[in-house]
Amino acid sequence: MVGIVIVSHSNKLAQGVMELAKMMASDALVAAAGGLEDGSFGTSYEKINAAINSVYTDDGVVILMDMGSAVMTAEMVIENMPNKKIQMIDCPLVEGAVVAAIASSSNQSMGEVINEAKNASKESKI
Amino acid sequence: MTDSKKITSIIKEIGNVIQKEKDFLTELDSFIGDADHGINMARGFKEVEKKLPGLEDKDVGTILKTVGMTLVSTVGGASGPLYGTAFMKAGMAIGAKNDIDGDDFITALNAAVEGIKMRGKSHEGEKTMLDALIPALNTIKKVYEENKDFKAALEQGIKAAEEGVEYTKTIIATKGRASYLGERSIGHQDPGATSSYLMLKAICSII
Repeated sequence: MVGIVIVSHSNKLAQGVMELAKMMASDALVAAAGGLEDGSFGTSYEKINAAINSVYTDDGVVILMDMGSAVMTAEMVIENMPNKKIQMIDCPLVEGAVVAAIASSSNQSMGEVINEAKNASKESKI
Repeated sequence: MTDSKKITSIIKEIGNVIQKEKDFLTELDSFIGDADHGINMARGFKEVEKKLPGLEDKDVGTILKTVGMTLVSTVGGASGPLYGTAFMKAGMAIGAKNDIDGDDFITALNAAVEGIKMRGKSHEGEKTMLDALIPALNTIKKVYEENKDFKAALEQGIKAAEEGVEYTKTIIATKGRASYLGERSIGHQDPGATSSYLMLKAICSII
């Protein structure tokens, strides 16, 4: 099963997105990497690294990020894991996570999970 | 010209300046960002300082790469991956040398600037650290080519960086958190350009 990592500046936001995603797919492998070690806002290299390892299988891991340093820090973590199958997805954080969790828990491949999550940006809400 | 021990004292001085200017950098970031630049940079350089005593006998490349990796792991904001990449690329460009000259410094600064461009997918004129660093790099290169006096070149480079910081007041941010403010970002100097300028000034005070 493809693992999913939620990276955010806020610990609460990352946890909340993870909980929302798991509501729809309770068995999905989702990990949150939000905020810094002391709970303050920011993105932590170590937390992202640990979150990836906690949900990593041979099926790979996708990362969903909020913005700025979340994107750049995730990028650096991935660069330092050259032999692992990991990819960032450019998609809305909440909708993308929900869609990715459903796709992943129905055992879709990493490519399919990525496509589904990317398509989440095309769904209009109103 | 500059051996490993001196490089560690330069890094220490950069850390001192960042600690001293912590509140100023955070205040600048409160106008157009998320009010954490000084706090984040100070946290990162505090961790860097702890590692410096163990680095004095290492080659310059290793020192710079360690500084970069420490910043990536501890800063927590965008300046972590950006300055982290800058120091790591500078370290890779210099490699296993125990003493560097003006040409090496320029090679390192060039690699650092390219690293920031790559990591931030950014270029000059977007109200970022590059608006201080690129004019500084170009000036240092030009002046150093003319007279081979690195200190003089660096002094001129710092002036160019200072002008770059002033220039950031006049433009709209199109990268980073400040870009959400659009035209409201005009009138404020960029915190990243400011910290870049302060770091160059710190280097010059020791070299």
